[in-house]
Amino acid sequence: MRDFSYLRADNIEAARNAAALPGAMLLAGGTTLVDLAKCGVAEPATVIDISHIEGLAAIDVGADRAIIGALAKMSHVADHAGVKSLFPAVSEALWQAASAQLRNMATIGGNLMQRTRCPYFRDPQNFPACNKRAPGSGCSAIGGVTRGHAVLGTSEACIATYPGDLAIALVAFDAEVDLGGRKLKVEDFFLAPGATAEREHDIHPGEVITAIEIPGSAAARRSTYIKVRDRQSYEFAAASAAVGLELEGDGRTIRDIRVALGGVATRPWRARAVEDALKGKTLAEDTVRKASELAMQGAVDHGANHYKIALGPRVIARAILKLGATA
Amino acid sequence: MNDQVTTSPTTLSLHLTINGRDHALEIEPRVTLLDALRDRLHLTGTKKGCDQGQCGACTVHVDGERVLACLTLAAQVEGRSITTIEGLADQDGTLNAVQAAFLEQDAFQCGYCTPGQIMSAVACIREGHAGSDEEIREYMAGNLCRCGAYPHIVAAVRQAAQELRS
Repeated sequence: MRDFSYLRADNIEAARNAAALPGAMLLAGGTTLVDLAKCGVAEPATVIDISHIEGLAAIDVGADRAIIGALAKMSHVADHAGVKSLFPAVSEALWQAASAQLRNMATIGGNLMQRTRCPYFRDPQNFPACNKRAPGSGCSAIGGVTRGHAVLGTSEACIATYPGDLAIALVAFDAEVDLGGRKLKVEDFFLAPGATAEREHDIHPGEVITAIEIPGSAAARRSTYIKVRDRQSYEFAAASAAVGLELEGDGRTIRDIRVALGGVATRPWRARAVEDALKGKTLAEDTVRKASELAMQGAVDHGANHYKIALGPRVIARAILKLGATA
Repeated sequence: MNDQVTTSPTTLSLHLTINGRDHALEIEPRVTLLDALRDRLHLTGTKKGCDQGQCGACTVHVDGERVLACLTLAAQVEGRSITTIEGLADQDGTLNAVQAAFLEQDAFQCGYCTPGQIMSAVACIREGHAGSDEEIREYMAGNLCRCGAYPHIVAAVRQAAQELRS
């Protein structure tokens, strides 16, 4: 790991000022930054430790919305009684992510800044070509081992999968990220690679995430996160789905439905085609399975990741049918 | 300070509170808590397995919560209270209930992952995540054991959790 200088910011203004310095990177939980510094991927000149700033870890949950401070730990949010009852998919996405130790370290703001687990991205010594690390250098994954790579939202520059779980639930429920001076939809915060794979987030030097805000809804209250992976726990998603469901008074007509996918796309992936196909329909297995297929419109595989095109819709359908069965 | 940031030169002077004792250190900012514990303070009970946050061998407690020492910068935990495996038993040598249960259940083979397993298990029970074998397996998933002693580890955590509840 290359050495760096260390600054401890005592408040958010100091963090913003320091974050604007050339080569500065923010340190919250450290689970991404320290890891990537060890891999030789992140080479900060200055590390700005924001983990001691007070007042940024509050979790404020009401029926109308949840506001979660950027420095709240993943574990604390996952175990929060209000989050569990009013936003179950958020809690489930969090406790199924990483390990208990990592969830005690990692913050909600840092979670949004998590980088891809693409093995080529993480190995600069053996794979110098990576458009995320070195724009214009090429993509080692295309033509390489692609079992974990994305099938949706890819480009000729990059096929790296967005690895996180929380953001999938956030995107499903129209959450916003608060950058202090401006707020934007979490969905818009994550950028598809296009020709600029190195830009993953709509955030600028000197901006610091202060909170995320999730609007409350009937669909958020009746929601779940299902994660399918190569081992039962402590693994990234092969495919995952955050789903929320609201039924009419008859108990079987779909009034509102939210669907987002993880593990298959370059960014958290909202599946609006699935939602549109199901709104107003009667909840039935055939209808749900057929509609779930629409999530894969435009999917492009690279051989070894072909299975994700079949798996994604099945995970969505399983989540919707699970919610439908727990009236 | 006016700019409200504490700046650092190449070497940092740190005070870390480990197992209730204050330790003064002069280290580079990039030194992890794991390397500070093992190489500078000679507290070698905390193990270095993968050194990249994937195995749990380096699990310690910071302010009572289990974390990975390999992904924690030493500088970041100045002012926090750190507990390692060396600080778990009582002063008179009486073992923690989890340590005793690991012995009784024969919950290790080579022993390399054991300090991390035990630190993780103590926190797992304290968090209230040891209510069933299934829950123990899920919430202990961050600690790998390449000897495959998992059934005995689950038995030890279950036993310690029952003892600590009664």
